[in-house]
Amino acid sequence: MATRFLGLILALFMATSVLASPKIEHWTTSNGSRVYFVAAPELPMVDIQVVFDAGSARDGTLSGTALLTNAMLNEGANGLNADQIAAAFEDVGAQFGNSSQRDMSMFSLRSLTADYALKPAVKMFEAVLTQPDFPSASFERIQKQMLIGLQAEKQSPAAIASRTFYSKLYGNHPYGMMPAGNEQSVSQLTLASLKRFYQQYYVANNAVVILVGAINKPKAMQIAEQLVANLTEGEKAKSLSPVSALTKAEKIIIEHPSTQTHIVMGQPGINRHDPDYFTLYVGNHILGGSGLVSQLSNEVREKRGLSYSVYSYFRPMRELGPYQFGLQTRNNQADEALDVMQTTLKNFISAGPTAAELLAAKQNITGGFALRVDSNSKIAGYLAMIGFYGLPLDYLNTFKSKINKVTIEQIKEAYARRVQADNMITVMVGGKE
Amino acid sequence: MVIKIKQIIGLALLLPTIVMANVSEYQLDNGLKLIVKEDHRAPVVVSQVWYKVGSSYEHNGITGISHVLEHMMFKGTENLGPNEFSQIIAANGGRENAFTGRDYTAYFQTLEKDRLEVSFRLEAERMRKLVIDEAELLKEREVVAEERRMRTEDNPHALVREAFNAAAFVNSPYHHPVIGWMSDINNYEAVDLRAWYQKWYAPNNATVVIVGDVEPEAVYKLAKQYFGPLKPETTATVKPQIEVVQRGKRTIEVKAPAKLPYMMMGWKVPVVNTATELEAWEPYALEMLAGILDGGDSARFSRDLVRGDEIAASVGAGYGLFSRLADLFLVVGTPVKGKTIADLQQAVMAQIKTLQTELVSEQELKRIKAQVVANAVYERDTVFYQAMQIGMLETIGMDWQLSDAYVDNVQAVTAEQVRAVAKKYFIDKGLTVAELIPLPLDSKKPVMSVGGRHGH
Repeated sequence: MATRFLGLILALFMATSVLASPKIEHWTTSNGSRVYFVAAPELPMVDIQVVFDAGSARDGTLSGTALLTNAMLNEGANGLNADQIAAAFEDVGAQFGNSSQRDMSMFSLRSLTADYALKPAVKMFEAVLTQPDFPSASFERIQKQMLIGLQAEKQSPAAIASRTFYSKLYGNHPYGMMPAGNEQSVSQLTLASLKRFYQQYYVANNAVVILVGAINKPKAMQIAEQLVANLTEGEKAKSLSPVSALTKAEKIIIEHPSTQTHIVMGQPGINRHDPDYFTLYVGNHILGGSGLVSQLSNEVREKRGLSYSVYSYFRPMRELGPYQFGLQTRNNQADEALDVMQTTLKNFISAGPTAAELLAAKQNITGGFALRVDSNSKIAGYLAMIGFYGLPLDYLNTFKSKINKVTIEQIKEAYARRVQADNMITVMVGGKE
Repeated sequence: MVIKIKQIIGLALLLPTIVMANVSEYQLDNGLKLIVKEDHRAPVVVSQVWYKVGSSYEHNGITGISHVLEHMMFKGTENLGPNEFSQIIAANGGRENAFTGRDYTAYFQTLEKDRLEVSFRLEAERMRKLVIDEAELLKEREVVAEERRMRTEDNPHALVREAFNAAAFVNSPYHHPVIGWMSDINNYEAVDLRAWYQKWYAPNNATVVIVGDVEPEAVYKLAKQYFGPLKPETTATVKPQIEVVQRGKRTIEVKAPAKLPYMMMGWKVPVVNTATELEAWEPYALEMLAGILDGGDSARFSRDLVRGDEIAASVGAGYGLFSRLADLFLVVGTPVKGKTIADLQQAVMAQIKTLQTELVSEQELKRIKAQVVANAVYERDTVFYQAMQIGMLETIGMDWQLSDAYVDNVQAVTAEQVRAVAKKYFIDKGLTVAELIPLPLDSKKPVMSVGGRHGH
């Protein structure tokens, strides 16, 4: 123990700003998983993530399949039960996490790098990923918990608005369903269907392994190899069907006994490889993506005091993720707030940003670049994105210059071509007064 | 004269646990405290200004005023227009925000390391030169009212929490919510805000915490340049407001539109700040007890109540040992379908009973200690969190070095001590229980659809 702490202190004293532009190492395991690694020697810890293309976009007819499969992996593995698995991680201070969204099914492990911790933690992580037992008692319990979670959604106007928005935005596309499923689909899930899902999607060719921490490359190679060695090679998940554009605007009003109305508005936006990504990113930064200094915040909050929070963002995904706008305001001024939000968007599409606004946005984005990669966990997040979506390895290195190249004309042109203020889904959830 | 109080670096190799790298502490002539922690992992710096004021400093009628003042701190000074503070930080690539708690109000910026001066220039300006404009205040009252609607009025759990605190604390200022009661929010006047600002916003009531890729002496020089000229204030003495002795279990019900039942239980307990010297170990034993019940998926609540007996859909234990005034040990939860709040409370009480009668196992103690040791490393992955720890401790009147001692103090807890605090504090006389009774939600069917169908 003493040696470990001393090592830590020396490392701290000698450390320089090595994280300024992380050096990404990339290779493929012998059975086909793609690995992304950044050495971060300063703290005696490592973050490991394994991401499968096994999110709810792969649910098929039974929505909730991906989430429940993800949640089952640490319920029983290699003969150990959930209590034993949790204790194996926590006995050595390691943190295990799992989550599942539309594109990604993600598993994470954070551990100290000392052998007494890392060895057993990685071994347990490997068993969870590759030898899950799918105990039926756990299945029934988590299924019940998911149904309770769906009940909890019904007391949240924000959750109701989000569910309705995705459903209307995407129709029959897999993105239209919520990862948490619905009462009917979750009730119909079976252990057999989860096992099939696992066998199809939890395969080496469909996995990305991320490592960031105080280990060297040989160690990273060994861990990555170990984690996926017992996965079958399998096949990469097929591409998803493309998202169709909206053909008509629609406004859905849902009554809820809340004092505020939650408004969500939007249309299909961009995917992770979109050629307009940087142009639209900078444009939206000015319109609604920069917190208290955005145009939307200025119009809705600063000038009129209509809402505590107002935002807009692109969520780039495998296929077109949403371009989403939102705010909450007391019921009797909901129409006024929506009008201000729409007018601000329309003005932005027709007038574009001013030169001063564009300059300020670029200064903000590029001047704060170091903040994006100032911790192991943030770097791991970028690696997961780069790895999962197959973005170029120099994504972070070229980020600033791509931002700096964006012009007012490009923003205006891209918004005119891609964003239709009169063709959006608008969902309003709230009370009458 | 300005004295440099401590330079800790020399001690680093002597202390038994993971010692914070390199912390320097200074005090300016006007009373402002500056704490600089070097972290050279990335070329960034976080700058936080902490004021010793928060909702626990407020009295009835002006509850939430610390929070609305926090909002007004972005609305203009003698030399800055409304929102200009944020615009300047943004143009410098910074991220910024502020937060108000029961015991503190804090402002922060995260910047590339060579922009620290921008933070100091602006923070010094608004420390003494804020302008409370009537029209801006009227707008901001509306914004805060919307914030309260979002966080509390439309959130059944928050409604329970608020009613619960108001029942558990009679005369302690932890009685009222940080955001304030709606009636108070609607009635702040500019004179109230100006008086509150005048009283608390001064260098001698502020701690500036800097963590990042900086050189402490250079930061100190910069602090002297910008904060040095500010005049100190005669700050008011805070009355002790020691909570009256509770003389029996308190039970309340909250009825609100909701789908699921929910409950909170809270026992009166000491915190590090209020524990006597003889009982200084008790908060750490309570911290350990919280870990035994809810320190991860292997802890007793998850193992026995969620998985084993399948009584709880969710259940958690919460205890914060660093606050200004005595606080509560909380248990919150929702039963699974088919079980009642009474079933869940009974199961929780059985867990407490076990802690009062049986010693926790060495294995469990070891597990919690392993987590505490590991977390002390993990926490250092962000400069923001490191600054938070220092700022919070200083602002509740404690030494930031307690965050180092924390690991040792938890490591020293024995099974006997856990049993002792379980017996001493988990008693009906100190217990408050709140239950959410769900009222039906109105029909959620779409009542109107405008603009027809859309196709794909």
